[in-house]
Amino acid sequence: MKKYIYILVCLPFMAWSQQVLKGHIYEANQTNKNYPLVGANVYWLNTEIGAVTDLDGSFSIPYQSNYKNLIISYVGYKTDTLKIKSSKDLKHWLKPTSSLDEVAITARNKSTFASYLKAENVMTMSSDELLKSACCNLCESFETNPSIDVNFADAITGTRQIKMLGLNSPYILTAIESVPTVRGAAQIYGLSFVPGTWVESIQVTKGTGTVINGFESIAGQINAKLQKPVEDSKLFLNLYGAANGRLELNTHLNTKVSDKLYTGLYLHGNLRNQKFDNNNDSFLDVPLAEQINIMNRWQYVDLEKGIVSFLNVRILNDEKQTGQVNFSPDSDRFSTTYWGSEIDTKRLDVSGKFSYANQDITHRNFDAQANFSTHNQQSYFGQNIYNINHNSLYSRAIYSSILSNTMHKFKTGINFSLDHYDEITGIYSNTSNYEREENSIGAFFEYNYDNLGAFNLTAGIRVDNSNLLGVFVTPRLNVRYTPWSRGSLKASLGRGKRSANIFAENQNMFASSRSINIVNSNGNIYGLDPEIAWNYGLSFMQGFNLFGRTADVVFDFYKTDFKNQVVVDWENPNQISFYNLNGTSYANSFQTEFNYNVLRGLDLRLAYKYYDVKTTYTSGKLEKPLTPKHRLFANTAYKTKVKSNGAQWKFDATYNWLGEQRSPSTTVNPELYQLPDYTPTVATVNAQITKVFSKAFEVYAGAENITNTRIQNPILGADNPFGDYFDTTLVYGPIFGSSYYLGLRYRLN
Amino acid sequence: MKNLLVLITLFVSAMSFAQNKNAKTTLQVNGVCEMCKARIEKACIKTKGVKSANWNLDTHELSLVYNENKTDLKAIKQSVLNAGHDLKDEKAPDEAYNKLHGCCKYRDEKVLDAH
Repeated sequence: MKKYIYILVCLPFMAWSQQVLKGHIYEANQTNKNYPLVGANVYWLNTEIGAVTDLDGSFSIPYQSNYKNLIISYVGYKTDTLKIKSSKDLKHWLKPTSSLDEVAITARNKSTFASYLKAENVMTMSSDELLKSACCNLCESFETNPSIDVNFADAITGTRQIKMLGLNSPYILTAIESVPTVRGAAQIYGLSFVPGTWVESIQVTKGTGTVINGFESIAGQINAKLQKPVEDSKLFLNLYGAANGRLELNTHLNTKVSDKLYTGLYLHGNLRNQKFDNNNDSFLDVPLAEQINIMNRWQYVDLEKGIVSFLNVRILNDEKQTGQVNFSPDSDRFSTTYWGSEIDTKRLDVSGKFSYANQDITHRNFDAQANFSTHNQQSYFGQNIYNINHNSLYSRAIYSSILSNTMHKFKTGINFSLDHYDEITGIYSNTSNYEREENSIGAFFEYNYDNLGAFNLTAGIRVDNSNLLGVFVTPRLNVRYTPWSRGSLKASLGRGKRSANIFAENQNMFASSRSINIVNSNGNIYGLDPEIAWNYGLSFMQGFNLFGRTADVVFDFYKTDFKNQVVVDWENPNQISFYNLNGTSYANSFQTEFNYNVLRGLDLRLAYKYYDVKTTYTSGKLEKPLTPKHRLFANTAYKTKVKSNGAQWKFDATYNWLGEQRSPSTTVNPELYQLPDYTPTVATVNAQITKVFSKAFEVYAGAENITNTRIQNPILGADNPFGDYFDTTLVYGPIFGSSYYLGLRYRLN
Repeated sequence: MKNLLVLITLFVSAMSFAQNKNAKTTLQVNGVCEMCKARIEKACIKTKGVKSANWNLDTHELSLVYNENKTDLKAIKQSVLNAGHDLKDEKAPDEAYNKLHGCCKYRDEKVLDAH
């Protein structure tokens, strides 16, 4: 009898006791030595059961006989799926990756990662990174990325600009789905016209980058990939409300039309109708705004034939009102009672893409793209009018194949672009018209060599014939060498050329009493010559283990050397001048970054940046105004373990510190309207908490500028906006103090 | 016009006699991990005339595209064998096999189990 009691007592224990699979994960290398990989993810396919390897690469994970596929993943290494037949101890060697895409699809990865193996210095930001701040649009999504600086919102329009390598956004080629989009009339506000939730991932390339996307990139390239109807949730809903009066709503609806055809409808609306003037300068701290943005995306997939195509239509209507609190557009427009401004933008984009991959000869691909956009901005700033109409057509065909074998790949093709600009500017009673048409036809060839080991190279060249820029050659080169395990040395070199849209790119000048002075030198664009620059870069990345957890350190040095530049001269407070560079202009930047996985789920990123940006102005060689020499950046993110229902907490905080910045000269102004030579330093902290309740539902709350940092008098001469000393362009820090927001995301798959 | 048609017909038939520049074939190659995959593919690609090589870890199938004017299947097979990987009907020389990394010793039952 006693025997049976023993058995009964033991039974529950048996049921509870679980089998465990143990093993070791090593790095696969040429030397036949076992280097343990610390912090590699090991988990069962389609389950939430996982483990992370220890100091010696060992792990143990619960095992049941119905678990068949064990996935082993580690950033910078190929993800392997192992078929497990029993709970025998396991040893596995992971191989470093040769392609980014393979890392990008794993279930648990870093939200932003640089590739050890690509020749270009590319960082990929996944949608995980984009969720770190409640980024409402593409511009704000760079706030947690140290390679891109997001400027403080402009005093009038509230728009934020991005910078790379110390150069502002016109020198960055910003593409959506690889088509240069944020340019021309859309240069300044374009990033804020792409809602954050529409973006699937972003690739940021430092240096001139590939020739395939054109000749305009100088400091870098940004490519945003949009959500695909095939992969996005059936229904996605995002609601956001902030104490600064901003309300946003995003809705995605995706459906399958037939086996091969999918469609998605993406709706975005934002609204701010509350007036704030916390610094009592009689001007709104943030503009009143209203935006409706609708995109319809069609995706056709025929895997048997190797065909994928997209068709997108996007309509945008954006309205902003800003200026003095008491300004009323109907009664005060162009009057001198109250200073005010309205910016109305309407835009239509239609784009199509067709890709064909040869199913017999798999290394052959063909891609064709065509885009049309019409962008119309009607605006006035006090008594200054600025209207721009920009119609743009872009088309491109790319053929990719190999030379003798897959170690030698190439891409070649042609593209054609046509831009028509029609601008009206001046005081409302006396405006002038600027009209120009720019067209270019170009052919490009890019060669990639991969020795299947420590070295690879991408060399590209393109020849363009443009009606305004002439016939010219654009060479680009990127090289990667791996001197030792987990080290990566990259070098790049390239030339860029572009026409400066002086009005569209410097719209903030209209909100000042400055007169516009264009020094005509009989060039083709506003009487000015095209800008030409060379960019050289060197980057080194080393991965290592620190106290048994993964870390990496990056050193970047980039130099941009202008052969010609359209100099924007703010040094006379009554005037803004544009002239061709006569002398030197360069931007040197150094960045060091340290990434560390401190604990399971806790990541730390620290960066320091040094910029030396100087230009020869008519008044001499000077530091670029409002560009800090020193910058510090810190970001820390913590995630709790995901529960079986998907529930999780996420915490994120970002610290930014900017050194002093040179103010443009105001010495000719009366003392009351003079600025100190250098601005004070500025530091800001943002933080966000996300509570994921399940895979379908999450709530987030956050604070921007927690320490309530504010600059004292963002607008010079705010007491007399129609006087001679009015200037809203001198913003070096936040205008709006701390603000809090709350949002939710709901998705149905 | 008629002459042109004759010419085209002649040309097309001449082409079909020429050897295939993009010959496709598959081979069964033994291996066990991602390192093996890299080694097998590298051995093929470094063989003159091979355009692309893709080895599937699960099915052990090696898909090849090669130019028949420049190489033949025998030469490609020899490259794979010299890299230390067995084919379905032919064994790699032992000295090549012995050079493989510990985790790639696919003839060893223990290594196979570990994967």
